[in-house]
Amino acid sequence: MTRKLITLGLVATLAAICVPASFAAGESGSAAGAAQADAPETAPDVLVRHVTDEVLDIVRNDKAIQSGDTRRVLELVHERVLPHFNFSRMTMLAVGKDWRGTTPEQQTRLTNAFRSLLVRTYSNALTQYRDQTIDVKPLRAAAGDNRVKVSTEVRQSGAQPIPIDYSLEKTAQGWKVFDVIVAGVSLVTNYRGEFGDRIRAGGIDGLIAAIETRNKTLESRQGGQ
Amino acid sequence: MKRHTHTSTTSAVPARARLFAAMMAALAAGCATTPGDPLEPYNRAMFSFNEKLDKVVLKPAARAYVAVTPALVRTCVGNFFSNFNDPWIGLNNLLQGKPTAAISDVARFVVNSTAGIGGLFDVASGIRLLKHDEDLGQTLGHWGVGEGIFLVLPFFGPHTLRDTLALPLDMTADDSWKIVPHVSTRNVMSALQITNERSRALGLERTLEEGTLDQYRYARDFYLQQRRYRVLDGNVPVEYEDFNLDEGEAGSGTQAEASSGEPSGTQSGETENPPETQSGETGNPLEIQTGETENQLEIQSGETGENQ
Repeated sequence: MTRKLITLGLVATLAAICVPASFAAGESGSAAGAAQADAPETAPDVLVRHVTDEVLDIVRNDKAIQSGDTRRVLELVHERVLPHFNFSRMTMLAVGKDWRGTTPEQQTRLTNAFRSLLVRTYSNALTQYRDQTIDVKPLRAAAGDNRVKVSTEVRQSGAQPIPIDYSLEKTAQGWKVFDVIVAGVSLVTNYRGEFGDRIRAGGIDGLIAAIETRNKTLESRQGGQ
Repeated sequence: MKRHTHTSTTSAVPARARLFAAMMAALAAGCATTPGDPLEPYNRAMFSFNEKLDKVVLKPAARAYVAVTPALVRTCVGNFFSNFNDPWIGLNNLLQGKPTAAISDVARFVVNSTAGIGGLFDVASGIRLLKHDEDLGQTLGHWGVGEGIFLVLPFFGPHTLRDTLALPLDMTADDSWKIVPHVSTRNVMSALQITNERSRALGLERTLEEGTLDQYRYARDFYLQQRRYRVLDGNVPVEYEDFNLDEGEAGSGTQAEASSGEPSGTQSGETENPPETQSGETGNPLEIQTGETENQLEIQSGETGENQ
């Protein structure tokens, strides 16, 4: 994500999108893990730090994950990360105002499809994690806030730190992540443009079908659930 | 264009800075503000050309490079090239009126060039002299130059017109090691630099390819958004709307939004400007992210200091 990467443009797109995404996967993943063990009142920044540390620790010590074992990564993510995410909210944010015209059934299908897509693609990114360090910044929020942003920074040698922020919301089941923002770009709402294109072309069902088809392709290619 | 902020300060700055600002303003006039993607067909073609090039040349080279080079060596290679652009980053910080950051960049360069053995080791980061992210495109944006149209350049990938114009200078200054007179040494070093950079993102192109329905669209939106964020140095508070509610009740705070489609003009004191360029443009693909009520990323007056 350096300026250098911008100059090397070809790489820049990939790096700008994927490198941070992998950390996001790592971190969000970690955010999810801790919550189960802790009481629902666990402060959101503490939660993010716990989950991050925990998941990255597992990745660092798991040769199978490092060599790209999809099934293993999916297991880890399902177990430690997913419980800390609010996917229906994420899907709503990814779709934007077209969400208002959807039926509850469409919302459920879309949420499931989108979750599956995100989990599969970003879990893979976890296998790319190596020796970067992640710094979770102290929370700047008032005591009664129901929605907070936890800021983190991924540091790596010879490159500027990549800021990754997690938006969390307090629910009855504890704090849940509903957005991941990498270098100022929401990985969730950045889907709004391409989702909007699909909805304009084939309606909300066209979008659902497109994601479900993609998921099937990925499933057959990767195996695992 | 909203460029009135520096008119209030120009009286205090020397004539040269005023001239600089005037040049920037002239350049800004040449760049549209929220231009959409008029070159989309060309851009898509170039995007897939770059991807093919990556698949055929860069990626295999980077794979081979990783296979034969220890991780420590790769880190040192990255550090070495990265060290050369710290002075340029510092100069751009200075041009943006951030002398403290500029001093830190110069200090980084000095520390890494000496204690870091010619830049091979990034010891400066260890003593809290973190690398910054600045370039001429951001400096132009800081002074109010609009982005202009979105362009996918051959080899160099996604750019705004503004950043394309800044690119030759940015590249020259970033890669100041290219003053090496020996041509083949220079070529080998260039190849090493590019391969090393590519190796850092190996395996990750898969995430982009698999995780999006339309790679070009996602990449374009991502690129534009993160450039805006950088021009504003991260001062882009995020507001989320609840689309489960009806339109009328959902707009908490949206009436206060300023246009994030014009980050270049949005400096402190300007955030209360109405989103003048947005109205009636919601059909424009770029607007999905930058304006109107469906937008989650909006600059709100009174909140600008919230995000680091």
